[in-house]
Amino acid sequence: MDPLARIQREARPESMLLNMGPSHPAMHGTLRIMLELDGEKILNAEAEIGYLHRGFEKTCENKTYFNLLIYTDRLNYVSPLINNVGYVMTVEKMMGVTVPERAQLIRVLMSEVSRVSDHLTCLAAMAMENGAFTVFLYMMKAREFLWDVIEFTTGARMTTSYVRIGGVRADLHPGWRDSLSTAIVETRKVLKDVSGLLDKNSIFIGRTRGVGAISREDALSYGWTGPCLRSTGIPYDVRKAHPYLGYDRLAFEVPVGERGDNYDRYIVRMREMEQSLRILEQVAALIPDAAPLPPGPEIEPAEAIRRSRRARASERIRLSPNLEGSEIQRLAGLTAQDKRVAVPSKEETYTTMEGLIDHFLFFMSGKGIRPPKGDVYFSVEGGNGELGYYIVSDGTDRPYRLHLRAPCFHIVSALEQLIRGRLIADVIPTFGSMNMIGGELDR
Amino acid sequence: MGQENLIEAVREKLGEAVERVADSFGDTVVILRPGAVRAAMAALREPPFDYAVLLDLTCVDFAAAEGRFELVYHLYSLSRNVRLRLKASLPAAAPVVETLVGLWKNAEWLEREVYDMFGVDFRGHPYLRRLLTYEGFEGHALRKSYPWRLAQPRIPLKDDV
Repeated sequence: MDPLARIQREARPESMLLNMGPSHPAMHGTLRIMLELDGEKILNAEAEIGYLHRGFEKTCENKTYFNLLIYTDRLNYVSPLINNVGYVMTVEKMMGVTVPERAQLIRVLMSEVSRVSDHLTCLAAMAMENGAFTVFLYMMKAREFLWDVIEFTTGARMTTSYVRIGGVRADLHPGWRDSLSTAIVETRKVLKDVSGLLDKNSIFIGRTRGVGAISREDALSYGWTGPCLRSTGIPYDVRKAHPYLGYDRLAFEVPVGERGDNYDRYIVRMREMEQSLRILEQVAALIPDAAPLPPGPEIEPAEAIRRSRRARASERIRLSPNLEGSEIQRLAGLTAQDKRVAVPSKEETYTTMEGLIDHFLFFMSGKGIRPPKGDVYFSVEGGNGELGYYIVSDGTDRPYRLHLRAPCFHIVSALEQLIRGRLIADVIPTFGSMNMIGGELDR
Repeated sequence: MGQENLIEAVREKLGEAVERVADSFGDTVVILRPGAVRAAMAALREPPFDYAVLLDLTCVDFAAAEGRFELVYHLYSLSRNVRLRLKASLPAAAPVVETLVGLWKNAEWLEREVYDMFGVDFRGHPYLRRLLTYEGFEGHALRKSYPWRLAQPRIPLKDDV
């Protein structure tokens, strides 16, 4: 094997080779671009990825279907809930599980909150790298409000692991409506401010308009999806083309651009956030308030366990709000009542023999979630585009093979072409508008 | 074009290239003869099939039980809004297949990844080099014969560009 990269072998003797990254503030951590330069002009470029490769797919082959969920959080770490949703829906497709209506709506809610925070992060970083630090701070502020919604319910900001095969882990936090409406109001304000700061800003336009442009044919040939493909004018959105989770019932538009340049990618993301906020309002109206728990005496879990040594306590067990989803009365709306996929409720597990047996049968090695033999592909619309999982099952409790179709893998593969012939300064907005996420790119 | 018609049309167009057609959880799967992959893909890219997007390419290792690697291609047709999965089995001892570089631009990286992880040789690929791991990595990490936690030898520091 030739130790030299192609660009090193083919470089003209009079030109200069320059490394951009992997340790460079604008490379988002983990990408190395080798540039062949004539002055500031890029004659040739080669991107080297893999700096964040941590063997996601190999690890998944060695984990059970239940346990590997947490690894999907770490793929696109800006919108982990969409990764969760994509994975669990792939397994549900194999097992033929129907998810309760409430859980589906919660998944839509969480996906859209994540999508907005994903776009906010991308544009914030892109604007900051182009010198608009105010935009970065404004957008981070809005993202905090959105992450409050996520954090109240899931208990975590990024590594949420909230969605479960068959449903979701817990019910929404009691105060979710207030936090969501605050987040929507604040995000709208920020979007308005950012529009005012950037839309007609001549510095921003100078660095993005006409820079990093890609034709429709090339975008398709590179397998682009998501906002980047839509910026070229092709209205492909998995939520519209292959509706899942009842997205076909919700009213929203798919914004498209015209020229496929950095500015269009910025505008498409801005408009998509508005559409996602629209979806959030609709979904919030569709989710009914949680049914009040039946009245009557309550006892502490420790007390229930102590009493159940003789006979099962008939009183309701008072659980901590963080374990709300495991309250047996609420579970029916949150997870499929299907023993093949659903974790048994904690009340049953701790106080009855049958519940304990069910619990062990779910978590013991070789038991638990075992999809039938076969292979399946399913995709959802992630922050970056079509996020697909391809799973091969051999009938055991671990996937024989799990492959992630990472949207930004295809997008970043076009980077070399987009920056060839441009100036070094053009690398920054072009790369920024692609929203490279190392976690899903390198897996 | 309905699903039934599609399968008929694919069989008619590709002829000998199609080994068989299967169904997996509602998805149509076309199993191709490995020698005919590139020709079949080129035909499917054109109208009336119009699979303009190479959505994904990956590989599955069935070497231990069946002595083969299975390449899995996913195509997507924008105009007809359908996906199609195609597979081709390669002998595990010498997995070689023709490249798709020249048909789709993302094939270059997708095939490099499969080469990196499985050691599949894509004939005609202009730059078949490891993508996610590095030069000097020993073995192919996603093969089942590669242990989950295997330490790699230290490689000398590169004399960099």
